[in-house]
Amino acid sequence: MSNLLEAQSVSKNFGDFTALNNVSISVEKGSIFGLLGPNGAGKTTLIRIINQITMPDKGQVLLDGEPLQRHHIQNIGYLPEERGLYKTMKVGEQALYLAQLKGLDKAEAKKRLHEWFERLEIGDWWNKKIQELSKGMAQKIQFVVTVLHQPKLLIFDEPFSGFDPINADIIKNEILRLREDGATVIFSTHRMESVEELCDHIALIHKSNKILDGNLNAIKRQYKSNTFEVGITTDNASELQRSLSEKFIVSPAEFKTLNNELKLNVKLSEKESANQLLNYLTTKGEVSHFLEVIPSASDIFIQAVKNN
Amino acid sequence: MNHLPLIIKREYITKVRNKAFIIMTFMSPLIMIALFSLVAYLSQLNNTKQKNITVLDESGQIESVFTDKETVKYTVLKGVTLENAKVIVEEQESYGLLYISDFKINTGAIDEVKKRNVDVEFYSSETPSLSIISGLETKVEDRLKEMNLQDKGVNQATIKNAEVDININQENFTGEKTSKEGSVVKLIFGGAAGYLLFMFIIIYGNMIMRSVIEEKTSRIIEVIISSVKPIQLMLGKIIGTTLAGITQFGIWLILGSVLMVVASLIFDIDFSQVNTPQQELMTQAMQNPETNADIQIFINAFFNMPLANLIIAFILFFVSGYLLYSSLYAAIGAAVDNETDTQQFMLPIIMPLILAVYVGGFTVIEEPHGTVATVFSFIPFTSPVVMLMRIPFGVPIWQQVLSLLILIGTFMFTIWMASKIYRVGILMYGKKPTYKELLKWIKY
Repeated sequence: MSNLLEAQSVSKNFGDFTALNNVSISVEKGSIFGLLGPNGAGKTTLIRIINQITMPDKGQVLLDGEPLQRHHIQNIGYLPEERGLYKTMKVGEQALYLAQLKGLDKAEAKKRLHEWFERLEIGDWWNKKIQELSKGMAQKIQFVVTVLHQPKLLIFDEPFSGFDPINADIIKNEILRLREDGATVIFSTHRMESVEELCDHIALIHKSNKILDGNLNAIKRQYKSNTFEVGITTDNASELQRSLSEKFIVSPAEFKTLNNELKLNVKLSEKESANQLLNYLTTKGEVSHFLEVIPSASDIFIQAVKNN
Repeated sequence: MNHLPLIIKREYITKVRNKAFIIMTFMSPLIMIALFSLVAYLSQLNNTKQKNITVLDESGQIESVFTDKETVKYTVLKGVTLENAKVIVEEQESYGLLYISDFKINTGAIDEVKKRNVDVEFYSSETPSLSIISGLETKVEDRLKEMNLQDKGVNQATIKNAEVDININQENFTGEKTSKEGSVVKLIFGGAAGYLLFMFIIIYGNMIMRSVIEEKTSRIIEVIISSVKPIQLMLGKIIGTTLAGITQFGIWLILGSVLMVVASLIFDIDFSQVNTPQQELMTQAMQNPETNADIQIFINAFFNMPLANLIIAFILFFVSGYLLYSSLYAAIGAAVDNETDTQQFMLPIIMPLILAVYVGGFTVIEEPHGTVATVFSFIPFTSPVVMLMRIPFGVPIWQQVLSLLILIGTFMFTIWMASKIYRVGILMYGKKPTYKELLKWIKY
């Protein structure tokens, strides 16, 4: 059993509104799983079902091969998108309370909290009230509270919102460190560059249905169009462009270089290989740039949603 | 995992540590006592000031009853017309002018006895107090009655001798003695219990509601319910807040009585002397001039009440009634985003409560076992208050048990319903739900 979490044909309706329609996902142990989708697609509903906040109408969710039960809550750490803390409570007390709700005993929670506070250099916040902290500071506390009980499964919904780039980077590294320590991460966000950076696997939910699911690189392979960015210095640019157009589909490209080269996007057909193109180009001039165009997560997202 | 104690503890500690709560706890009794002392002081001031009442008696035979007292000084005018008397009184700035006309003799057709009657008027710049007017009326009435009787040949001594004071000794068939004083004690006791519950529900129900709203607005709710079941959170909130409430009430009680004693020692105010017009009328109606002897009767009456029954019933009805209402308050808190939106849902909660207090206040006093009082002591939303008011008068155990069972059944239902609304509502933001939507949430 290499999947930590499996949602099997999960459906959920709210009255007449279908929030999730027969959605299945499998999250491999030790992976970072990106749960993507436009606003209102049903991501939050799925996450809430995993957290047993709402119950599915149909289907079931397995954690470590077992159907979800109340005690599994201790194995999950959840950072919701709509998050906050008791404003008038002191940081330390509050963190202890939330940790105890997750089943940690007080002494252990205190020890771990001090470790975390030290590492994130926020030790002197212990006796401050949340309302005295900035939003980013409160988010840091929230992050610590989410991961404190060392859950097997971490669910982050927009974890970087409210952070400046420096703190976002600190949190990103903490997430990666937690993964190295054996945690599995489900990650829901609209920031595609962080998906690109972190996720091994993504699933895309759109209008209550799963429309895309798989290893990020595999999906990229699937979505790539065999297109290459080419930069070439030649005496007769228009002649070269004309002759290329006869063989391949060519469009102008934009990328930054030092010299004033001819910049083109060249799309190859299934049969042709990159080497063939490169060989041809070297006979025509000085090749300074040759790069396969790989679709970004953002491109894939937009394309997949549009196609549906 | 049972997190209930943890939640209760947090709710309790945050409530009790809250600055506003602490200030409320310690300032309220001070303010109350200060106000009360002020009222007592002022009414004493009012009482000690002698009122001047001018009397113009054209018959000349009634003025003799107006003898000066501590509170009222009478001035009798002679040989002036009413118009002149009015001018004199206005100039002297006395309290008022009592005018008694000359006798009008009605000749009765049957026994041919002359019956005296007079016109009585009272002139004053302001509306005179009720107790003054009724005092004057009694004086004139008594004097005329005496004269009428004397005309028939009955002298004053005979009248005095003929007077009898009757106190009906009441006893029920089981041999339990009751009395008028006993009824008053029961009323006070029942009323206090009912009113206490009413106040408790309003104050701490609101507190629960606010604390649910606070969790919603601070957006911590989803973090919490990913750890605990919503119903646990709701119950923890209700119980924690209630304990804080009991603490506050306890402090009020202790502080209040200490301050009362201190205030009465310092300012030399006798709180039992604070007379409102209603109290004056009541004591007049009861015609109990000797208060000292009554204390023993009151104490007896207190111990004659079914005390064990009273205490047990008080606890049971108080707890169930409070739980019933507080679960509704929690549900309202969950359904809305901010306090201003609560208004439309508050009315259906407040209405039965106020109804209960009114029914308790009027019908129970009138007829503790009448149909209205009995029916309302079974309807779950009014029963805690009304039944608590009825019980001192002796309610059959089967009625109490039945009413309690109905109440418990209802609060189980409302807690179930409230928890449904709660678990959906706490995750809903941005819109004010309608009753129809609330009904839908219950079905989810």
